[in-house]
Amino acid sequence: MINARLIKRFSPGRESAAFELNVHLEAPAGITVLFGPSGAGKSLTLNCIAGFAKPDEGRVLVNDEIYFDAASGVDIPPQRRRCGYIFQDQALFPHMTVRENLLFAASVADHTRLSGLQRRRRVNELLENFQLSDLAARKPAQLSGGQKQRAALARTLVADPRILLLDEPARGLDRPLREAFYQVLKDTRQRLKVPILLVTHDVEECLELADFICLIADGRFLQCGARNQVLEHPASVEAARTLGIFNILPAEITALDPGRNYSKLKVFDQHIEGPYLPGHLLGDHGFICIRESETFVIPNRSKESSNAIELRLLAAEPSARGMRLRLQHDVSVTLPATDYESIRGQTHVRIEIPAAAVWFVPR
Amino acid sequence: MAPNAQAIDWFPLWLSLRVAALATLLVLLLGTFTAFILSHKEFRGKNLLDSLITLPLVLPPTVLGYYLLVALGRSSPLGQFYETVTGQPLVFTWQAAVVAAFLHSAPIYIKAARAVLEGVDYRYQWAAFSLGASEWRTFWQVTLPLARRGLISLATLAFARSLGDFGVTIMVAGNIPGRTQTLSVAIYDAVESGNGQMARVLVLIISIVALLLLWCAGSVSSNDKFLAPYRGLLRRYRAVSVSGA
Repeated sequence: MINARLIKRFSPGRESAAFELNVHLEAPAGITVLFGPSGAGKSLTLNCIAGFAKPDEGRVLVNDEIYFDAASGVDIPPQRRRCGYIFQDQALFPHMTVRENLLFAASVADHTRLSGLQRRRRVNELLENFQLSDLAARKPAQLSGGQKQRAALARTLVADPRILLLDEPARGLDRPLREAFYQVLKDTRQRLKVPILLVTHDVEECLELADFICLIADGRFLQCGARNQVLEHPASVEAARTLGIFNILPAEITALDPGRNYSKLKVFDQHIEGPYLPGHLLGDHGFICIRESETFVIPNRSKESSNAIELRLLAAEPSARGMRLRLQHDVSVTLPATDYESIRGQTHVRIEIPAAAVWFVPR
Repeated sequence: MAPNAQAIDWFPLWLSLRVAALATLLVLLLGTFTAFILSHKEFRGKNLLDSLITLPLVLPPTVLGYYLLVALGRSSPLGQFYETVTGQPLVFTWQAAVVAAFLHSAPIYIKAARAVLEGVDYRYQWAAFSLGASEWRTFWQVTLPLARRGLISLATLAFARSLGDFGVTIMVAGNIPGRTQTLSVAIYDAVESGNGQMARVLVLIISIVALLLLWCAGSVSSNDKFLAPYRGLLRRYRAVSVSGA
């Protein structure tokens, strides 16, 4: 369990604005994804936990052991924190072979108190587990991106880390390698049962790996919670925007009925229905957030649908999953290429919003 | 051959090579350490230390020589310490020329080595730290091997520069033929005494040696790229010579 309360301030520099990191992170065993745009303070958070950056205030606890406490002046050096840190470009030592990289890790991890033979055995075991045995004699420069990533992970595991910190580990890997690496990471999560903190700004990666999600923007957490909680119920319109998978529309609550689990919302002078919205009042203004994957185009104009709004079509572009339509008010929706034929030439399209998918956040 | 030609005395060349080799060794040991401190440590007075290291580059050699004479002379604590340990005074011996050459080449080496060490990607060092490696171990097993090429190239430059010191050497080691007369001092001496042939030969030698060293330094630091175009040719030559044999 990681429990980190971090405050770190940066005064404005010649090319940088003032920045303040102010977060409270709790990460149990499993993968916690720190998700946010570049410059939000994700890597800085990792560095503070690993001991490479010193917070101005706060404390870092890992499994109830104090790594850092500004108030009492405790600051354990990175060497004794046992954080397995995987850097963006893996940072395998380029002058050593894969085996030497792992042996280095085994020989400097003095807490394991292994004999030379045991070390060698442990290194062989990990090389085997990560399918690196045949590559053990190669230098990092002779490995592919995916192999490097596996080697880097194996190297950190040699030292038996208490937590794993991964800074955009899949960056630069193409899709098949990415998927393979995700699988390796999931296996590691199964085997290791330690908190794994993963930094990314790739939403697919976040959805694929996260058990828990912390949304971070501009040095602050917008929302932290279990994966589905964050994905289905963004806490604020900023949280929804940071995730970037929502269509966000301004709305006003015009009817609320807890007995029927029913609400009615006015969206651009059109009306849609949703579930009862606890904690909100009639007449509240705010936004509805609907995941893009739950927003549908009604292909046939004549077909009636109770829960639909009509929006002007701005552009249609082919995408990986069909045609992606850009509509007014920043709404986008993807539909299969075959369905696109039926609405081709229309200036307006009708968007169906399933009532169950409606999520309201106050302004 | 000119009628007044004299046999060329090779002693200055050997002395210079020996002095430069020892000075380079000193530079490698002390200079690398200092460069590491400057590049990886934060401490009070770091800028002052940096300025002190740069000072020999801007002071006239006579001033440096004077300082050394005062600091290492027979009445100074350092000079007396040296005399008790080795049984002979330091000034006006060839060992003093080593100190002079060291002073001549160390500042440039330290400044450049600092840049080389700072240029090693910090992530490799962080990776070593996070695995549990001490700073000392990280320096020896990660930072130094990664900086090796740059440092070797700099050491070659330091050697070339050690060969060339004149001012400080003549102040602290003097100009004793056969004992402390290094190459650059011998050239000065030859010109002064009208021995043009001797001067020409020594000038040519020192120029060629310096050029060779610079070429070596360049090809080491350019990561073997210098030899890369010829590698295929070399391989083919080797293959031919093996199959021919």
